[in-house]
Amino acid sequence: MPILRVQEADIDVGRELEALTRGRADAGALASFVGLVRDTNEGHAIGGMTLEHYPGMTEKALSDICAEAQARWDIIDTLVIHRVGRLVPGDRIVLVGVTSAHRGEAFAACEFIMDYLKTRAPFWKKEATPQGERWVESRESDDAAARRWKG
Amino acid sequence: MVTLLYFASLRERLGCSREEIALPAGSPTVATLLERLRDRDPRWSDAFAPGQRWRVAVNREMADLATPVKPGDEIAFFPPVTGG
Repeated sequence: MPILRVQEADIDVGRELEALTRGRADAGALASFVGLVRDTNEGHAIGGMTLEHYPGMTEKALSDICAEAQARWDIIDTLVIHRVGRLVPGDRIVLVGVTSAHRGEAFAACEFIMDYLKTRAPFWKKEATPQGERWVESRESDDAAARRWKG
Repeated sequence: MVTLLYFASLRERLGCSREEIALPAGSPTVATLLERLRDRDPRWSDAFAPGQRWRVAVNREMADLATPVKPGDEIAFFPPVTGG
């Protein structure tokens, strides 16, 4: 069963990844990704951001994405923890972890989960810039990254 | 009746996060529902005008204009997602 969580609190990466592998001696690989808040975006200084989500749908979307990863690769387990609320540069936004017997499957599934999360999970970022707050626009490069996994 | 939810920039633009409305008669879809919303208020006709980018979910599954809607459904409108 995937570990899925949306939370305001910081993510304790070591503890979460430890929990994912505990008691799983069949796991020979653990791949993980941590997304962080940058201090610039498209040439603007970013003082912080507020993340909003759609409670109820978010958990379902993450669950569907992890189920699809399980169907595509021979992996053992998955973990996605995503933060919401107010964040500042340097803060962790998201942690994805995937365990598998061998590294190739874990690396691929981890990247797949992030690419799908970026285009399918209902989260929205509002950035604070010196010119005021603004909603982040979705990027074509994220759609292109997700399309690589089609077919 | 159905529940409509609006998120992020769309919520701010419309000044509405949640409302309950009656469904159009017949075999309503997201498209017919949206037609009613556009006719009702110019803020909706602007926000959902051609060329505007938005997404819709019906009962927490991504949907589209042709998706049927029925009483009790939860229909959410929002901008393209930007998490991660």
